[in-house]
Amino acid sequence: MSALTETTMPETTLSADAVLFETLLRVGDSALILGHRVSEWCGHAPTLEEDIAQANVALDLIGQATLWLGLAAEVEGAGRDADALAFRRDAGGFRNLLLAEQPNRDFAVTVMRQFLFDAWHAELLAGLAASTDPRVAEIAAKARKEVAYHLDRSETLVIGLGDGTPESHARMQAALTRLWPFTGEPFRGDATDAAAAEAGIAPDPAALEPGWRARVEAVLAEATLTLPDTARFRSGGRSGVHGEALGLLLAEMQFLQRAYPDATW
Amino acid sequence: MSSEWPLWEVFIRGQHGLNHRHVGSLHAPSAEMAIQNARDVYTRRNEGVSIWVVRSNDITASAPSDKGPLFEPSNAKVYRHPTFFDIPDDVGHM
Repeated sequence: MSALTETTMPETTLSADAVLFETLLRVGDSALILGHRVSEWCGHAPTLEEDIAQANVALDLIGQATLWLGLAAEVEGAGRDADALAFRRDAGGFRNLLLAEQPNRDFAVTVMRQFLFDAWHAELLAGLAASTDPRVAEIAAKARKEVAYHLDRSETLVIGLGDGTPESHARMQAALTRLWPFTGEPFRGDATDAAAAEAGIAPDPAALEPGWRARVEAVLAEATLTLPDTARFRSGGRSGVHGEALGLLLAEMQFLQRAYPDATW
Repeated sequence: MSSEWPLWEVFIRGQHGLNHRHVGSLHAPSAEMAIQNARDVYTRRNEGVSIWVVRSNDITASAPSDKGPLFEPSNAKVYRHPTFFDIPDDVGHM
C-alpha cells in the first residue's frame, strides 16, 4: 500500500497531489461501494422492472468509480490503475462513506440509502463540476446527469413507499431510523477536505448540507416519514475506519482478483 | 385495491424516427414510475428521445372475432390502391 493512503500520515504534510489523490478516492470509493451494494440486487429485485433499474444504477456508479479511480491512479503515479485500487486495497484503504457500505437488508433500506446518498451525491457533483481541476470537472459533469436521474427515481420510490401501505410506510420509517446516523459523515470535513476546498478542487463538505437537508426534508415530508429527533452520528469511512459490512463486501467483490491475480477473460 | 401493479404499454420515439412506436409493456404503480421503468427497460442502448406510456386497460382494441366484418370487405376493393395510374417516365421510380 502506498504511503499516501496510510491514515497515520500527518495530514498537514499532504502535497497538492496527495490532497487530490485522497479527494478522488473519497468520491470514487463511495460510488464503487454503493455500486457494488446495489449490484447485489441483480436477479433478486422484487420485480423485473426494478431489477433492471437497480442494475442500471449500479452500472452507472461503477462506471463513475472507474473514472474517479482511474484519475486517482494517474495522479498517484505509482503504477497502479483503477482495477488495482478497486480490487487490491484492504478495507482500511477505502475512503467511502459508511452510508454506502450499509447492507441492503430489505428493499426499504436499499431505497432509503439510495435516496439519502443521491441527494448528497447530486450536491457534491454540482460542486465538483465547478472544480479548478478540469479533469475533475469533466468527470463530474458526466456523472451529474446520471445522478440527477438516480435522485428522481429514488425520490419517487421514497414517496411512493413512504406514503404507501401501512407495511411499506413502517418499513421505510424503520429504514430511515436505521440509516439516519450515517447522514452526518458526508458533511464533516477534515484537513484534507479543507485543503481540497482551499485549492478549489472540491466543495467544502459542510457547504453541501443546507441543499441536501432542504431536499431530504421536503421529500420525507411528502413521504409522510418522520425525521429521527436524535441520532448518534457515525463517521470514519472517509478516513478508512469502516464497519464489518465493508470487509464482507470486499471479500466478495475482490475474491477473483485476490485468488487469481491479473486474471482476464 | 389490487396488490398487482397495473400493466402499461410503452411507446418510444427513436433518435431518427418521427413517430412514437410501440415497443412493449411493463408493470408500474404509477404513470411516473412507468416512465422511469420504461427508461430503464427500453432505452438502455440509447433507443429513444421521448417516451409515452398508457395504461393497457385504457386501450380499446378491436375484437379478433370481428376480423371478418372489419377487414375482409376491403379485400375486394382493389381500386382503393393507387395501382391503376400510368406513371410518366419523368417521375422516375416511385
